Amino acid sequence: MTRVLTVEGLTTSFPDGKDRLRVVDGVDLHLDTGETLALVGESGCGKSMTALSIMRLVPRPGRADARVARFESADGTKELLDLPVPAMRRVRGAGISMIFQEPMTSLNPVARVGRQVVEAIRLHEKVSAAGARDRTLELFRLAGIPDPAARFEAYPHQLSGGLKQRVMIAMALCTRPQVLIADEPTTALDVTIQAQILELLRDLQRELGTAILLITHDLGVVNELADRVAVMYGGRIVEQGGREDVLARPTHPYTEGLLRSMPARSQPGEPLPEIAGVVPPPHTWPPGCRFASRCPRVLDPCAGAPPDWVTVRPGHTVACLAVAQDRVAS
Amino acid sequence: MSAAVTEAPGDVLLDVRGLRTWFPIRRGLFRKTVGHVRAVDGVDLQVRPGRTLALVGESGCGKTTVGRSILGLEQAQAGEVWFEGTDLRALGPAELRAHRKDVQIVFQDPMASLDPRMRVRDIVAEGMHSFEIGADSAERTERVSEALTRVRLDPDAMWRYPHEFSGGQRQRIGIARALAVEPRLLICDEAVSALDVSIQAQILNLLAELQRELGLAYLFITHDLSVVRYLAHDVAVMYLGQIVEQGPSERIFTSPRHPYTQGLLAAVPSVDPSVRGAEPVVLGDVPSPAAPPAGCRFHTRCRQVMARCREEAPPLFPLSPEADGTSRCFLEDAS
Repeated sequence: MTRVLTVEGLTTSFPDGKDRLRVVDGVDLHLDTGETLALVGESGCGKSMTALSIMRLVPRPGRADARVARFESADGTKELLDLPVPAMRRVRGAGISMIFQEPMTSLNPVARVGRQVVEAIRLHEKVSAAGARDRTLELFRLAGIPDPAARFEAYPHQLSGGLKQRVMIAMALCTRPQVLIADEPTTALDVTIQAQILELLRDLQRELGTAILLITHDLGVVNELADRVAVMYGGRIVEQGGREDVLARPTHPYTEGLLRSMPARSQPGEPLPEIAGVVPPPHTWPPGCRFASRCPRVLDPCAGAPPDWVTVRPGHTVACLAVAQDRVAS
Repeated sequence: MSAAVTEAPGDVLLDVRGLRTWFPIRRGLFRKTVGHVRAVDGVDLQVRPGRTLALVGESGCGKTTVGRSILGLEQAQAGEVWFEGTDLRALGPAELRAHRKDVQIVFQDPMASLDPRMRVRDIVAEGMHSFEIGADSAERTERVSEALTRVRLDPDAMWRYPHEFSGGQRQRIGIARALAVEPRLLICDEAVSALDVSIQAQILNLLAELQRELGLAYLFITHDLSVVRYLAHDVAVMYLGQIVEQGPSERIFTSPRHPYTQGLLAAVPSVDPSVRGAEPVVLGDVPSPAAPPAGCRFHTRCRQVMARCREEAPPLFPLSPEADGTSRCFLEDAS
């Protein structure tokens, strides 16, 4: 396995009076070929903004900064945040592709879907129209689209939600990118369709070796697709580790609380263990741990300064002062 | 608020029979009706007092239209809606009004269902005005305060506007509004679907508590099966306008009988890391409810399809007493 993406100290901020509000605050992550990293968290935790920052698609007047945002593309190492605009445009689509929750908003409603994929291919590669058409049909087959030739001529509104998402996946993979960023790719779909799309993503990854950065709030989807998991809260990653470690042995009080509060893990008739309170808005975030105000294990210094990372087992790290104390005590 | 109601478990609070709501498809200059979307096509269901019936299914199956038709928010073409011995569909507007307060609804998106220009006090008190509950403004304010306390909000919240609250708090306001007129049955239409997991747990606990304290019955309309398993006593599974399986929650989740129910449950991703591989057992897409397949409506996606399924429409077959419930599948045909 080779490293394709390395991000260190990613900070995304928006102007707020004289200051800047950091909605992503010091995120580190990396991705190897053929693996899936799930970035999970609740609304407003900064997971989608992290993805947009990597793609340099943060809406104005937002700004992304990072010590390192390195992409190992087929034609050399690229520092994404320093890349001139035309070079970045080549990375988007050809090197790193992105699919979104709502396929309807990403497809052109007045163009036939086949033509849209052909266009995407010919934007990045010198191929004939006929060659691009053949490739599109092949991709449609690969993406499990029944009767590809007929669907090639369809407009987006003529396709179901599941089929539109398959078209989006075909389009995202048409240039064989090394990294696919999937932002809530199945959230708008019914479970039977979700199961089909998850299987498709798994199969395509096995076949093409694409690295996937999966952005989701759904821990079931994480379990289905991820190799590693990074849990985000309040603009920071709070826990990171292998899928089984994080889901079976969650260690950060937030991850623990999140998993415990799921109806799927509880007994009918017994009250669900709640996480008290609500996610605080960014302008009220303390300099220290953002979970401090809701944490059952909060200590005096927690809100003061960001906690250091503690390694609880190989590859499984947690940013929590209480966990650090447990380690010292034992 | 009234005290908890206790009734024999055999009682039925809401009894829906043969409910049919079709929407006309109109085309052309003269808006001629060229077909119908058969959103609800002969649905029977029963909700017991103080219990929860979950109506589950995927988008477009007609579950929301069932809820809205029960309330009269959609005009059903046929069927009976018996509530405590009265057929609501047979009543005139004035008589219906007297019963309407017994059944209230909580919607999915609290932002879209709360008027942004009204204070919380007026939102919650609005139903009391309609049903002439409370002698004067002061008494209504007192009742609003009680309703807000019930949903664990600070009564002072009544002087604020919806946008000042988080999603979870707004859903509490929506529940308080429904409770203010002291209903017997609450129709929850995807009431927790838009909420984050940690907030969802708070609202589910609140609903369970209200059921215990007030003896409320719920018709819980949702696509989220993990929520259903946690909170429902009984489950009805819908597909293309019809109920395909019905039974006690425990049995449906441990031994589903209808191939669609089986496929639906197999598709739900587990959060247990030792279990991986949600199975796409149900293939393809849902056919259009404007032109449902002949025979069994599920036959186009069914793995166990037989020749008979393509020709004949299966009725709801009663299951054995141990299995308890019904299934719309020829596999259950004992004759």
